[in-house]
Amino acid sequence: MVNLIWVLLAGIGIVYAAFNGTMKEVNQAIFSTLDEAVMITLSLAGVLVFWLGLMKIAEEAGLLRGLSAMFRPVVQRIFPEIPKDDPALGYILSNMTANMFGLGNAATPMGLKAMKEMKRLSGTEEASRSMITFLAINTSSLTLIPTTVIAIRMKYGSVDPTSIVSATIIATVISTTAALLIDRFFYYRRMRVMNR
Amino acid sequence: MISIWLIPGVIFIVLTVATVKRVPAYEVFVEGSKEGIQIAVSLLPFLLGMMVSIAIFQASGAMDAILKVFEPMMSVFGVPEEILPLAIVRPISGTAALSMTTELIRTFGPDSIIGQLASTMQGSTDTTLYIITVYFGAVGIKRMGDALKVGLLADLVGIIAAIVVVFILFT
Repeated sequence: MVNLIWVLLAGIGIVYAAFNGTMKEVNQAIFSTLDEAVMITLSLAGVLVFWLGLMKIAEEAGLLRGLSAMFRPVVQRIFPEIPKDDPALGYILSNMTANMFGLGNAATPMGLKAMKEMKRLSGTEEASRSMITFLAINTSSLTLIPTTVIAIRMKYGSVDPTSIVSATIIATVISTTAALLIDRFFYYRRMRVMNR
Repeated sequence: MISIWLIPGVIFIVLTVATVKRVPAYEVFVEGSKEGIQIAVSLLPFLLGMMVSIAIFQASGAMDAILKVFEPMMSVFGVPEEILPLAIVRPISGTAALSMTTELIRTFGPDSIIGQLASTMQGSTDTTLYIITVYFGAVGIKRMGDALKVGLLADLVGIIAAIVVVFILFT
């Protein structure tokens, strides 16, 4: 499905440009995006190197185990496949915590590390049940304090920049709950197909 | 602002606990960080590939054309049609969505219903395509199973939830 989306985005774009005289813009976009992708990877590299280093210390010091022990009843239910003392749970939780506080650039490294730990558990190139659940939670966003949005609202003179916080939290809770339910639905559907 | 205390606070706690527990903090830091370089490098092809494809789609004008077709559909539900492009772009491109949100807030004012809608949508969903590309790419997952379907459906629910919640709270 990703293959199809990828080909379609580029394919439709090129055909559309051919008929609408925007081929020049397409050319420019291709080359400026290459630079942009390298720049993003580079700045991500800095964030990754720093946070993975710090999280390794947290792991060795037993802080991650502490974090997963605190939330074990909830997380165990969401990720039944992961053994209860596995470091994967600690990284999943730190990713979720960072997301909640709007620390996007700390959340990504922890999320990636969590994925790596889950891959170690599954040992295949196929997305495991836990990985899909984890992605579902991440794509639905867990933001409790939308810092970027509040900053933009301030900049354009809102009388109450934080008025949308409650709306954001309610919408986030609904979308995350929905993500978990949809994820479960697809999981049970896969199981039924496999058992047939 | 609490947010400026958050990260230094986390760093301080981690380092203090590690020292108390006699973990060789600096050595462990370096050991853990090395993995970051490896992840970043393996990420580039996935990120670059997806970004180029999206850039072509956007720069050609095809995206705007498709959004134009969908716009009138929103007014059927009593939702301002200006918000639709954001709803569609949000799962595909984070930077495009952020600039759209900024533009909507600038044009209609942060406290207008469109401004509130844009703010809530921006905060309550995330860039599904980016997350899937980056997270699966970094660890070399080839078969993604139902991940994309689950993510996009969750986005749809999130967008609808944002609209409904904003209408209940602000009108």
